[in-house]
Amino acid sequence: MRRLFSPQTSTNLVLLRVISFTFRLIMPFQSTVGDYQTVATLETFGFLPPMTQEEIYDQIAYIIAQGWSPVIEHVHPSGSMQTYWSYWKLPFFGEKDLNLVVSELEACHRAYPDHHVRIIGYDAYTQSQGTAFVVFQGR
Amino acid sequence: MSKKYDAGVKEYRDTYWTPEYVPLDTDLLACFKCTGQEGVPREEVAAAVAAESSTGTWSTVWSELLTDLEFYKGRCYRIEDVPGDPEAFYAFIAYPLDLFEEGSITNVLTSLVGNVFGFKALRHLRLEDIRFPIAFIKTCGGPPNGIVVERDRLNKYGRPLLGCTIKPKLGLSGKNYGRVVYECLRGGLDLTKDDENINSQPFQRWRERFEFVAEAVKLAQQETGEVKGHYLNCTANTPEELYERAEFAKELDMPIIMHDYITGGFTANTGLANWCRKNGMLLHIHRAMHAVIDRHPKHGIHFRVLAKCLRLSGGDQLHTGTVVGKLEGDRQTTLGYIDNLRESFVPEDRSRGNFFDQDWGSMPGVFAVASGGIHVWHMPALLAIFGDDSCLQFGGGTHGHPWGSAAGAAANRVALEACVKARNAGREIEKESRDILMEAAKHSPELAIALETWKEIKFEFDTVDKLDVQG
Repeated sequence: MRRLFSPQTSTNLVLLRVISFTFRLIMPFQSTVGDYQTVATLETFGFLPPMTQEEIYDQIAYIIAQGWSPVIEHVHPSGSMQTYWSYWKLPFFGEKDLNLVVSELEACHRAYPDHHVRIIGYDAYTQSQGTAFVVFQGR
Repeated sequence: MSKKYDAGVKEYRDTYWTPEYVPLDTDLLACFKCTGQEGVPREEVAAAVAAESSTGTWSTVWSELLTDLEFYKGRCYRIEDVPGDPEAFYAFIAYPLDLFEEGSITNVLTSLVGNVFGFKALRHLRLEDIRFPIAFIKTCGGPPNGIVVERDRLNKYGRPLLGCTIKPKLGLSGKNYGRVVYECLRGGLDLTKDDENINSQPFQRWRERFEFVAEAVKLAQQETGEVKGHYLNCTANTPEELYERAEFAKELDMPIIMHDYITGGFTANTGLANWCRKNGMLLHIHRAMHAVIDRHPKHGIHFRVLAKCLRLSGGDQLHTGTVVGKLEGDRQTTLGYIDNLRESFVPEDRSRGNFFDQDWGSMPGVFAVASGGIHVWHMPALLAIFGDDSCLQFGGGTHGHPWGSAAGAAANRVALEACVKARNAGREIEKESRDILMEAAKHSPELAIALETWKEIKFEFDTVDKLDVQG
């Protein structure tokens, strides 16, 4: 398969999370009380390790299969708690082509390498987001 | 068409048993499960229920002739066998819309489940379901915000909300209580909850709790970068106190408050829901006392009725049981009433205990809250049963973690997200539950320990209140 995603942006945040995951994995935890460190996360899927390319494909396929419209949004990390992130172009109303959605995600990431980029499955019937999660973490 | 006054006692069925009647779209319909005293004919029992819950009394009275009783009376229009129960039967009763005050659930219940339940000709009586006509629904305020608005305010999409009740439920000081809230929220929960019996006791007055909790919520929000909340229980002894507490929660900039709608009462609940709508506050609803009313299979009110009444009275989240945890609740029945909390149209489906088509029109939906004796191993089943528009609450399953509440919260959050991710990727989460959780635990020591801690805990008791089906 074409390599569409550059490895997750190697920002301090991501690095920190990887180190903390690894550290916690090698710690002997069965007989001692561990120290749970608060992590800054970006809502849905924020507690899972970074997804592989395949796994991200599966989630986008799910959005399309639900009949939701893909929407791509991005924001500088300092604004991650704002309600409104910037649209990348316009919502991709009715888009069914997985590869096109993926290439738009990549294009957004190339244009704004410092920004968080998230994908939304927009449900016009409920006027809500069927799902939303961050694909690229900014720095 | 004047009638002559004929004093005396007539049989109820002469007036209130009308099998030829075709219910109107504007009628409020009810299904009662009736168990009469021995020797009383079904039609007479059913007609008595219709009469006593609408216009009738035991004797003919002269003043009936001052009005057009044919217009106002409730009518029993159908009687059905209860499958598997030879002594009980269903009575379907139609009530004209004008018997009820607009928007008043209190008024509807005062009629339908009032004096009639103590009626001597009945051994047992249970209100199984109500079909509210859309004309009545349009007069009710309903959920102050609803599912869509709540998601937008809390910024949670594509998964159930994750919460827990603070434990121990009684006895912590305000400051200690706030500490537990902070631990849960920083660990990855979206929401925490006051236990229902936390009001304003000597060990922790409400104002003290509200202030410390607000600090905990704000701090956790700042540190995690996610939106957090805590259901501040405003349930109080008087309406004045109730509003004072709600106002203070708003002053502290908290997103959600809580009320106990059965012990507090429908009038208080509807008032508070209206206040929430005016003040942009989310409303979490607890249901203490419900099992007293809804658990007996032959007497009382089924929870599906209480759930429908809450959606009309107003609330953004309602406890519905868990199916899999420590509290009573059968899967099909639960699915039947959570549909009635969330959907805009629910068709009649006896296999889910829904006796009528129910059109909710544009009334917003209510989140189904699953809480009580659940832990990480239940996560796949909970997601499969309740879907995304739910709030899953793990009390013991959070605080009981060997590393404490923050780690317990993280374990639940990892498990939840792993299940959502697996479901979206097309996996059968109930069948593959073990694999999904074990895979997720590879990346989360918190989850690994939680899985180890609760691996043997099950609550497998038979349901007391089952759907009426031929065994």
